[in-house]
Amino acid sequence: MMNSMARLTLTDKLAILSDAAKYDTSCASSGTSRRHSRKGDGLGSTEGSGICHAYTPDGRCISLLKILLTNFCIYDCAYCVNRVSSNVKRARFSIDEVVTLTLEFYRRNYIEGLFLSSGIIRSPDDTMSEMVEIARRLRQDHRFRGYIHLKTIPDADPLLIEQAGLYADRLSINVELPTDASVKSYAPEKNPGTIRKAMADVRLRKEAGKDRSHTGKRPPKFAPAGQSTQMIVGADGANDATILGQSTRLYSSYKLKRVYYSAFSPIPDATAKLPLIRPPLEREHRLYQADWLLRFYGFGLDEITSAAPGGNLDLQIDPKLAWALQNRHHFPLDVNVAEREMLLRVPGFGTKTVQRILTTRRHRTLRYDDLTRMGASLKKARAFITCGGWTPGALTDSADLRARFAPPPEQLSLF
Amino acid sequence: MHRVEIPEIGTRQAWRDAARGLLVAGIPPAEVFWDYAGTGTDLFAHTPPPAARGEIAVPQSFVALADSVCWHRDPERFARLYALLWRLRTERGLMADRADQDLARLRNMEKAVRRDSHKMKAFVRFREIDPIGTRRRFAAWFEPDHHIVEPLSGFFMRRFGDMDWVIMTPDRTAIFCDGAVRFDAGQSKPPLPEDATEALWSTYFRNIFNPARLKTKAMQSEMPKKYWKNLPEAAAIPELIATAEARAREMQAAAPSLAPARAARIAERLPERADPDALNACTRCPLFCNATQAVPGEGPSDARVMIVGEQPGDQEDLAGRPFVGPAGQLFDQIAGEAGLERSSAYVTNAVKHFKFTPRGKRRIHQRPNISEVQACKWWLDAEIAQVRPGLIVAMGSTAAQSLTGCGAGLKARQGQIEQTPEGTPVLITWHPSYLLRLADASGRMEATNEMRRDLTIAAQYQQEIS
Repeated sequence: MMNSMARLTLTDKLAILSDAAKYDTSCASSGTSRRHSRKGDGLGSTEGSGICHAYTPDGRCISLLKILLTNFCIYDCAYCVNRVSSNVKRARFSIDEVVTLTLEFYRRNYIEGLFLSSGIIRSPDDTMSEMVEIARRLRQDHRFRGYIHLKTIPDADPLLIEQAGLYADRLSINVELPTDASVKSYAPEKNPGTIRKAMADVRLRKEAGKDRSHTGKRPPKFAPAGQSTQMIVGADGANDATILGQSTRLYSSYKLKRVYYSAFSPIPDATAKLPLIRPPLEREHRLYQADWLLRFYGFGLDEITSAAPGGNLDLQIDPKLAWALQNRHHFPLDVNVAEREMLLRVPGFGTKTVQRILTTRRHRTLRYDDLTRMGASLKKARAFITCGGWTPGALTDSADLRARFAPPPEQLSLF
Repeated sequence: MHRVEIPEIGTRQAWRDAARGLLVAGIPPAEVFWDYAGTGTDLFAHTPPPAARGEIAVPQSFVALADSVCWHRDPERFARLYALLWRLRTERGLMADRADQDLARLRNMEKAVRRDSHKMKAFVRFREIDPIGTRRRFAAWFEPDHHIVEPLSGFFMRRFGDMDWVIMTPDRTAIFCDGAVRFDAGQSKPPLPEDATEALWSTYFRNIFNPARLKTKAMQSEMPKKYWKNLPEAAAIPELIATAEARAREMQAAAPSLAPARAARIAERLPERADPDALNACTRCPLFCNATQAVPGEGPSDARVMIVGEQPGDQEDLAGRPFVGPAGQLFDQIAGEAGLERSSAYVTNAVKHFKFTPRGKRRIHQRPNISEVQACKWWLDAEIAQVRPGLIVAMGSTAAQSLTGCGAGLKARQGQIEQTPEGTPVLITWHPSYLLRLADASGRMEATNEMRRDLTIAAQYQQEIS
């Protein structure tokens, strides 16, 4: 084992340890404190919104250098490519290799920063302290002001998590699966209670970082871009109502910035416990839409699940349209007088469009063409609104309204 | 006709100065010919514009719009901006009108500049070149759609402050050397030396791609093909797409393999995970489902006074300790005034898990129902049996319910000493969160006084015994 390890080049390690990291969806680099290196005393900047530096053919953005410190792992989580019982190639970066890769990629404008995760070697504390040391060297020895996201290990010593939060912009801990029962059966070494306690701890430390002491001094910022988590979708039997219920609970309890949904995807050398399927990409997409409705559009969980027969979101139409079709008695809505909460419920209107409608209608009566210029998707919205020069007539209540949006059934051919 | 010349470098300031002068002089848009970088050919327009004199008030949103649109490649941009500025003299609120066609057109130009800028920030790729002095030096070639090199130089200076760099484009070159930037004419694509880090970057790009999730349209809408020729990683894209399906099928078809020998050895050496303590494993009622953890009582196991509240709140649920949130702090304050030492009392709750409904980023407290209180009584009884307090203070109706079997009519019972069925005296008082909820100040003061009196009784009892 050690012999083959020694022969791995930096390129080999990078190939193995980025391949091993790709099942973590998050690549966000937004929303942290503003920093720059204009004075020439360091490297890097963060200015509010992050930048996607490249896109791979899976449609995902590359914003961060997303790698594992090592893919050796003593745990045996069934869904994970790095589980101890898998025969994938193993590698391990040195601390310096990770630091150098991050800085050299950053200098060439390939990335916004580092997203570092790791398999668990020896013990959670050993692994976590190496990750913290990488972040410390970047920040202190190299005065790196770019973005750092550390995947924290829930069982690690709280002191290490505290240090991690001082160097990193974001911390994350994955809940992995939507229910405690699934975690117990597919990730036997992980403990859902410990994961939740770790998230609670991050929230408490972040809030404590906001209090000034009696001298008026502010403590150092703790994870300014907050915490996030990830749930794998489609590996266990949980339905969308269960998944969204879990998200709602996580958002309200731990002030998460994001819950990421990751469609369970084929991995090399999979276990027989979880048969490989085509990743349910459409389902993942609908979950993100529902998540947005819950957070930015004022929808309640029960409203979304009431339009989700059998507890699963309609895959053919988006959840807002599904809700509107089931609640047609609220429509059509007069765009020139309706309240913000109701405008947000019109399919085809986003939060920006609604804001534009509200500011513009103070000056003039809105007409159909005006709405196009405000970014509304009228193909969807037209059945649900009235405005100057437009009423949908019988369209709102027509029986075939759903069929107009759902993809046409595949035509059968005779042969 | 007035001819206004706008230079290629310093465009933003020149346009601002000229527009201000024209507006102050009252010159309508139809009488202005805008000439960018001496490329205009209108022979009839020759009167120079009046110099900017005096101040004019312009909406901030217009300034922001103009600051961006002036870098657009459209030759009409200055005329369009000035026409809108002219209308703004009389049309108040025009900037908020998202339906105005002139404004909409300028907004689209603004959007194009913003998108182009965003892509430049994302897709510039530096290669390391020989240094001149002590600072490392990098160079990049980029082809933006609009004249954005100058306005974006600030971004690159803030980001790459400790190195020298050059960004070359067909119509402008930005040179950052020893902390100062200057601009030069554009140039054609220069040969840049190879940079070994590019191969590592391409390795990363190829391996972070998941072949089971091919979505080429999504990739191309964000990274259009026109940028590919200047992106070193893009060379790998055709092969990644061509082999993706076969790779995904191969993974699915592969039979599960036998675990490597070391897996069993590692599993053997894994430390036994401690079972969650009995309280945290409790499923006597459904409240365990949503809480972070069960919150046990705390205090000396031989405490003479036991304080019982309702249930942990948001902060207690996170911290795993009772009475640390706002109600707990109020309790500490009143107890302190009453001379009751919290550290020598045993403090706990009638229900050990937090009951709430999620609402956005907050958790709204829900009062536990009778069956939940009943289910959790098992744990409270265990605490009472262990501590054997001489006096229990029941704060609020849930605690009263659990300890005496009745939670009703608290107003009449406050200040009274009742008994548990086993005979331990129970002093009934308000719950501190009840005080926090009281809106009217005199009512709150009265209830606070009552609670302080009750806690004084408990304090006296505590002192008598010890």
